[in-house]
Amino acid sequence: MKRFSWLGAYVALYLVFIYLPIALIPLFSFNDAVQAAFPLKGFTLAWYQNLWNNDALKSSLLTSVEVGAAAASIATLCGTSIAYAEIIGSSKLARLISGLARLPILIPGVIIGIALLIVVNIIALGPSRLAIVIGHVLVALPTTVMVLRGRFASIPRTIAEAAQDLGAKDATVFFRIMLPLALSAIASAFLLAFLTSFDEFIVAFFLSGTEPTLPLYIWSQLRFPKSLPMVMALGSSVLALSIIIVAISEILRRKDRSLALTTSH
Amino acid sequence: MASSTASAMRPTGFSAAMLAPGLLVTCLFILAALGLLVFLAFRHNDGSLLGSGLTIENFITLATDPLYIRIILRSLLIAGVVTCVTVITAYPVAYYLSFHAGKHRRLILFLVTLPFWTSYLLRVFAWKIVLAFNGVLNSALLGGGLVSEPTTLFINTPYAVVVTLAHAYAPFAILPILVSLDVIPRNLLEAAADLGAKPFTALLRVTIPNSMPGVLAGAVVVFVPTVGDYVTPALVGGPDSTMIGSLIQAQFGKAQDWPFGSALAVLVMLTVLLVMLLARRASKSWSAA
Repeated sequence: MKRFSWLGAYVALYLVFIYLPIALIPLFSFNDAVQAAFPLKGFTLAWYQNLWNNDALKSSLLTSVEVGAAAASIATLCGTSIAYAEIIGSSKLARLISGLARLPILIPGVIIGIALLIVVNIIALGPSRLAIVIGHVLVALPTTVMVLRGRFASIPRTIAEAAQDLGAKDATVFFRIMLPLALSAIASAFLLAFLTSFDEFIVAFFLSGTEPTLPLYIWSQLRFPKSLPMVMALGSSVLALSIIIVAISEILRRKDRSLALTTSH
Repeated sequence: MASSTASAMRPTGFSAAMLAPGLLVTCLFILAALGLLVFLAFRHNDGSLLGSGLTIENFITLATDPLYIRIILRSLLIAGVVTCVTVITAYPVAYYLSFHAGKHRRLILFLVTLPFWTSYLLRVFAWKIVLAFNGVLNSALLGGGLVSEPTTLFINTPYAVVVTLAHAYAPFAILPILVSLDVIPRNLLEAAADLGAKPFTALLRVTIPNSMPGVLAGAVVVFVPTVGDYVTPALVGGPDSTMIGSLIQAQFGKAQDWPFGSALAVLVMLTVLLVMLLARRASKSWSAA
């Protein structure tokens, strides 16, 4: 039997602190009462049934999925090229661009939102679905760049060098060797970028036109006490989906890590 | 032997082409957007998109109107308290992960970072359920007979904002601290023990000072999003917890004074920049010591 550790107990308590509030959302989503308070009344699936018959929700979900897919694709494409250029090309310009691409993590979301609002108004695009996509590309870019930098840095240089010695051009090295080796990391970065976009609220808040994303729809419903149980059912579904996507992304990245080990030996 | 070209790959047309999408996105949407924001902050509000003339009037209003000064100071105070609370509570977790977690390290690290990927809006909403007048905490206190009627101490207070933000940004602090703890050479601690330092002395004199760069980095990544936060004050804070993010939102929403809103945003960016520079300097002096 391991002896009792105060530090271990603290970490356990910390995890409880992190998860307890979040766990309340699924708990109350099955509770047969409009009020989110103890004691629980009874078990019901009615709030989940409400979700199915809600057209405004469905259209905002569709908007979120489309915006997320577009933003994640662009962010992953840019992230791949920026990270590759920085790690392999390692020119000053590449390092500068990589630094700029990671900058949005150091800018509060409100500022990204309003700065882009000014830009989209100047180019006469205005708040719209495309404007949100641009905003979400910026918000997701630091993540994709960081995930892919890590991956490209872990691929042994000797592999690319061997290919070059055998006469492969840069483009061939990239498409035939580096890209396949980084494929799981690219998929992982895409999923994380999608999730970032799917959950993002404040940038979309400033840039949305007439079609709200899912978080904007949730925000609009928070004002009505009567829709709170429905929001909790929706929230539970979103939480479950997020956890599944993060888990898949984590598995993909680990797969890459083990791949790096086998290729370097 | 490796050929002479093998040590570094030559920059070619291909690697230049690789940079094109990044160049486009960063220049057009990051640099241009922030540049426009700064430009707009020095314009008169005449109802048009980009305002007119050049002026520092917006900044004079910010520096002299007590209402704005109060909200700015409150934002700094709340973000500062949140940063301290988050970093101090996160440190033991990072310490445990680095020194004691052993084979459970990956799992605990995953559990700690997982909430970061779930909806921020929903996490704030969860706190609203906990703290609300008829909420979980009050119904528990009532049920336990600790209070005779629900207390208004929780929801719509600056405390609610601090707790909610500290909860939301907890994972941000743990990772940088963990990184800095991981690189502390373990023989440094063995040497301290050999020289007669008790574990607690070694913690105070060796471990904590050596992890200060990570602590400061963690403080920056918590401070940055909290100082401009809009969602939490709006959902769980009352009129006494309006922060600068809400003020910026109002200028770009109801008030329709984009130049003034931009000036507020520039002020936030300058504050963030200042905090980062201070943290970097402090970090350097710690590693030099």
